[in-house]
Amino acid sequence: MTMLQLVTSQAVIGSIEPANPRSIEICLVVSAVLFAIGLVGFLTRRNIIIMFLCTELMFQASALAMISFGRMHLDISGQVFVIFILTIAAAEAALALGLVVLLHRRRETLNADAWTELGEC
Amino acid sequence: MLSLVNILSSTGALASGPSIPPAEAAPELSWAGLILWLPLLSACLCGLCAIFKVRNKLPAIITSVCLATSFLLVVMLYGRHEQTALVHLFDWINLAWAGEPGQSFIANFTLYIDSLSLLWMLFVTGLGTLITIYASEYMEPDLGTGYCRFFAGISIFLFAMSALVLGDNLVLLYLGWEGVGFASYMLIGYYYQRASAVAAAKKAFIMNRIGDLGLAAAIWLIWTNLGSVSYDTLFAIIQQDPQASSVGGWSTSLIPWLLMIAAFGKSAQFPLYVWLPDAMEGPTPVSALIHAATMVTAGIYLIARMYPFFMMEPASLQAVAWVGGFTALLAATIGMAQYDIKRVMAYSTVSQLGYMFMGLGVITSFGAVYHVFTHAFFKAVLFLTCGAIMHGFAGQLDLRKLSGLIHIKGWRITSITMLIGCLWLAGFPLTAGYFSKDTILAQSFITPGPGFVILGWIAVLTAGLTAYYTFRVWFRVCLGPVHYEPGDEHHGDDDHHGDGSFHPHAPRLAINAVLVIIAAGAIVSGLDYFYADEVWVKEMVGDSSAMHGIVDSHGDHEEHHSLLGMDPHLAMYFISGGVGIIGLVIAWWLHLYRRQSADALRARLLDNPATRWLPIAMENKWYVDEIYNAAIRLPLWILGHALSLIDKLFVDGLLVDGIARIPRALGRVFQPLANGVLQGYAVTMVGGAVLILAWVVWFWLKGGF
Repeated sequence: MTMLQLVTSQAVIGSIEPANPRSIEICLVVSAVLFAIGLVGFLTRRNIIIMFLCTELMFQASALAMISFGRMHLDISGQVFVIFILTIAAAEAALALGLVVLLHRRRETLNADAWTELGEC
Repeated sequence: MLSLVNILSSTGALASGPSIPPAEAAPELSWAGLILWLPLLSACLCGLCAIFKVRNKLPAIITSVCLATSFLLVVMLYGRHEQTALVHLFDWINLAWAGEPGQSFIANFTLYIDSLSLLWMLFVTGLGTLITIYASEYMEPDLGTGYCRFFAGISIFLFAMSALVLGDNLVLLYLGWEGVGFASYMLIGYYYQRASAVAAAKKAFIMNRIGDLGLAAAIWLIWTNLGSVSYDTLFAIIQQDPQASSVGGWSTSLIPWLLMIAAFGKSAQFPLYVWLPDAMEGPTPVSALIHAATMVTAGIYLIARMYPFFMMEPASLQAVAWVGGFTALLAATIGMAQYDIKRVMAYSTVSQLGYMFMGLGVITSFGAVYHVFTHAFFKAVLFLTCGAIMHGFAGQLDLRKLSGLIHIKGWRITSITMLIGCLWLAGFPLTAGYFSKDTILAQSFITPGPGFVILGWIAVLTAGLTAYYTFRVWFRVCLGPVHYEPGDEHHGDDDHHGDGSFHPHAPRLAINAVLVIIAAGAIVSGLDYFYADEVWVKEMVGDSSAMHGIVDSHGDHEEHHSLLGMDPHLAMYFISGGVGIIGLVIAWWLHLYRRQSADALRARLLDNPATRWLPIAMENKWYVDEIYNAAIRLPLWILGHALSLIDKLFVDGLLVDGIARIPRALGRVFQPLANGVLQGYAVTMVGGAVLILAWVVWFWLKGGF
């Protein structure tokens, strides 16, 4: 039996009470709103840093949704996933900001439209 | 159709014909394999000379030494020869899937040494050696890679010809058959910068392919019907039970017809003869060796070797006789009107080969082989003298532009050896060519067959034409006032006098010696007719498969075999000798005594509308090439281009390119999406995700889940 299965087994979380469906609904709505803001921001803004922050926003929205569903199903793996997501997002943020610095040095601009070399037409 | 075998067997003649002696394995003669390997070795060494850029006569020396050794081995083999021997060299194709006859396919590298193959090998290797020595001087202007290529080609030819003649089975014969075809192709196209030489080489190769198809099909039919391809086994089967092998139905009776097509292709008979005159594009030694003396007689060898099969199907022999006689006449009439002396000789070769086939057809395989043997010498001499003239006069071959050669210093030997060749070819009384030709002519009056008497008179007429065109060349070129114009091939040494005028360079030792030796051979080839009871060639043919089922007509001089009240052989001595002399005298009148009368005669024929067509048609070779062009080549060309168009438009255009156009068009539709703008991609992705989500929701609302 692996550690994850041990932690998520009914024996460990069996004592937790079922959540109030209403509160989970609120959490999911907040998550959806966060995701929508991130998405719209990503599609409408041209500043690379803002776009990057918008992707982070979408990340957190999905993390929130996962915790909510984990609570709903009394399953701890939602929270485990979120810990992973946070860790990876931190590493990825370091990389992405490094890239942004490099891009800025090349073109002296943060506008995403300055980079279209990979287009097919 | 009149069945010859029935006539012969009703008189009990077929049964009394000589039987084919069975072959015995002779492992002590295994050195005979060197006859094949020496030319092969010489070909490889010539190739090495080309790689190392040898610029002297080394390739010629290598080739002549190897071929001379090969010839000596053949002579030794002839000295040891007592009975038909089988010399096994190595296993080549040896498949047996069951013990029963017909359940194996065995074609080993084994030599079948009988008198017929020895006769062939003697003149093939002997003339090969002499002509190689001749070529060592003739090919001098090409010293270097061309020289190596030439002698390598000659060596390959000798190897293939030896395999063809000595092989003990039809598959080995086929190997040699294709090998000589390749060597011929390679050497006709020797001057590959000249478009006409390349075209002639291709023509020879393609014409030969038609015949080769016949040979391949015949070998297949022989194997499926009789279960073997080895001569010894085949002859044993046929002799044991001649009826059983002939009741195999159409597939057995087809065998001689297919072999006949093969022989007509290789030996340049109508309708496949047109490649041989064009083959004169090759160097003259090649014309002499391959296209006059040896390779073109392979067809005669094939029929002589497979004679038992032809005797089972008399109609095929009658066809051979008629095609041969017709070709002899056709080629002689064309040869009469040609101005290029080498072409005259080419057409005379076709014509003489026609005689040989006629001899086979009227059932005197001895006469045919005798004519092969004598023809090899005198035709080689004639070609080699033409080559010497061509070499000395910068490629000049037009008999209107050469005259009085015998009076020019250094050309006497050439002129006299050419005279010997001409006398022998013309069938002048008491020459070898006269005896061998008469054997064939007389036999056509003896053997019963459809119109064989008419055929005999056609052949007599052809003999007169032969004498005329042969001496037309000799009287024009060698006698008369001295007059010459150079051709258009200039060698560096033509102009060594420095005064700008042309001086022919007379042949030197190698050419003259070879001319004299071969001319002497031509004289000797008929000498034993005077003192021997039986001609040497007849002894050689007598023990082989070529005499199977033939009655010796010398024993009984029956009344109905008479010509003008005499024995046909005796009568033919007078008739053919007389016709030959008439042809000679006409040639003397028109081309030496009153040269302008030849042109006058031509002009008179042209003026008369009734005879206008005759000289025009003859000078244009009866338009056979043009007819082939219009009837075969042009339709094939049109068909080929039509199919090519269909291929381009439909197969390539619609099927291949059309299908390829679908993804390309689709790609062009979606290409604007990939514009490189980051948010464009994001919108596309989100749009797609939304669409999928909408579809899922719609499906869910419909109650699909």
